[in-house]
Amino acid sequence: MSSVRVDPIACEGHGLCAELFPERISLDDWGYPIVDPRPAGPELEKHARRAVGACPVLALRLLKAAAS
Amino acid sequence: MRNRALGIALDAGPPAAALPRLLAGPSHGGLPDLRPDELIDLAEESGLTGRGGAAFPVWRKLRAVAQAGRQPVVVANGVEGEPPSRKDKLLLGRDPHLVLDGVVLAAAAIGAREAFVTVDARARSELEAVQTALRERSRRRDRVRLRVVTVPTGFVAGEETALVAWLSGKPPRPTSTPPRPFERGVGGAPTLVQNVETLAHLALVARFGPTWFRALGTPDEPGTALATLSGAVRKPGVHEIPLGLPLADLVAAAGGATEPLSAFLVGGYFGTWLPAETALRLELLDAALRPHGASLGARAIVALPGSACGLRETARIVRYLADESAGQCGPCVNGLDAIAGALERLAEPGRARPDDRARLARWLDQVRGRGACRHPDGAVRLVESALRVFATEIERHARGRCAAGR
Repeated sequence: MSSVRVDPIACEGHGLCAELFPERISLDDWGYPIVDPRPAGPELEKHARRAVGACPVLALRLLKAAAS
Repeated sequence: MRNRALGIALDAGPPAAALPRLLAGPSHGGLPDLRPDELIDLAEESGLTGRGGAAFPVWRKLRAVAQAGRQPVVVANGVEGEPPSRKDKLLLGRDPHLVLDGVVLAAAAIGAREAFVTVDARARSELEAVQTALRERSRRRDRVRLRVVTVPTGFVAGEETALVAWLSGKPPRPTSTPPRPFERGVGGAPTLVQNVETLAHLALVARFGPTWFRALGTPDEPGTALATLSGAVRKPGVHEIPLGLPLADLVAAAGGATEPLSAFLVGGYFGTWLPAETALRLELLDAALRPHGASLGARAIVALPGSACGLRETARIVRYLADESAGQCGPCVNGLDAIAGALERLAEPGRARPDDRARLARWLDQVRGRGACRHPDGAVRLVESALRVFATEIERHARGRCAAGR
């Protein structure tokens, strides 16, 4: 299980994360990401990693949650 | 237990029911010589909570910083960026030694050798009072290096991570957390940030003991606090109140209302509007305010007269908060500006667009919880309370009228 966290200071609203991880990230009216805090199962981990890796300003982090 | 410096029993303070406590000064001297754990225990027994707005138990913060394992730093927060609050400036000007006593005691309790007293750069006379007090003290007896630092004026400059950034040589803007200052603060050291009023209470707790402290207030919210009442009252200003005082008594202490009141803003610019008839029945306690969606915050209270428009006042405050955003987080920068714009239209009779209310509701949802600090959340809370309390006014404005007679 994992989830992503946005650093709101670093984020510049490029919006790639919402394209790459639409299952948990949407954009607000100004193009900044709104993250659904629910942990993503293993089937979504690839999308989460893709979004984290694609952020041009490294504002996204993958948080590993302990398997419950 | 005895106060070794004064040679008196600690609980032999002034009469328990006497007010004022904090504003009785100036009151230098009689710094009790306590072991580090003793002060933290006294703080715990007293039930003292932070008076800067968050009401966090003081002993918990002291202990967390004391146990951080590295040489910590103390920061006394006297910045008070909030326009409707004057209490920290009054205290710093009236009795800076009481605040410095609290700083010295807190530093000794957590093992800090360095402490900063921060003051708004525009508060010249308060700054001078603190500097004079510093010169009057003995460095050898205080055993901590005390420095006063001015902070550029701004609403968010008093936010604790912004203060830590400023004292670490960076612009006074909030930073992403974690780490919180108690983990990694000024120059990377564990940092105790406490409001100046809190530190003054701590000094009195050390001097007179927790039983004395608890003689006023309620068992769950003990002690006294400074409250700033402004707006439509005869004598606006700062009052020291026992926690639990009915708001009606505070209004009476300020000479009463100058005209019929329609609402109160409780808890400052991040606070909550309450209808006057509801608010006047309430005690000034978080426990009494919570069911109404409100909290005391730093106890800045504004009395809104019936002749003023609550919507217009809210729009003015939200525009101020939008302008005071540190400008770092997209949702805060864009969202508060948009929310302020919608409110300005709603407050102008007949000017709102058909979708303004729906958009406002959406924006409040989108902005909440999305800044690095609580600045956007405070604004959202204020606007939500305005939408509740001034709901019929919004309808009236949509029909081109305003109850305040504009």
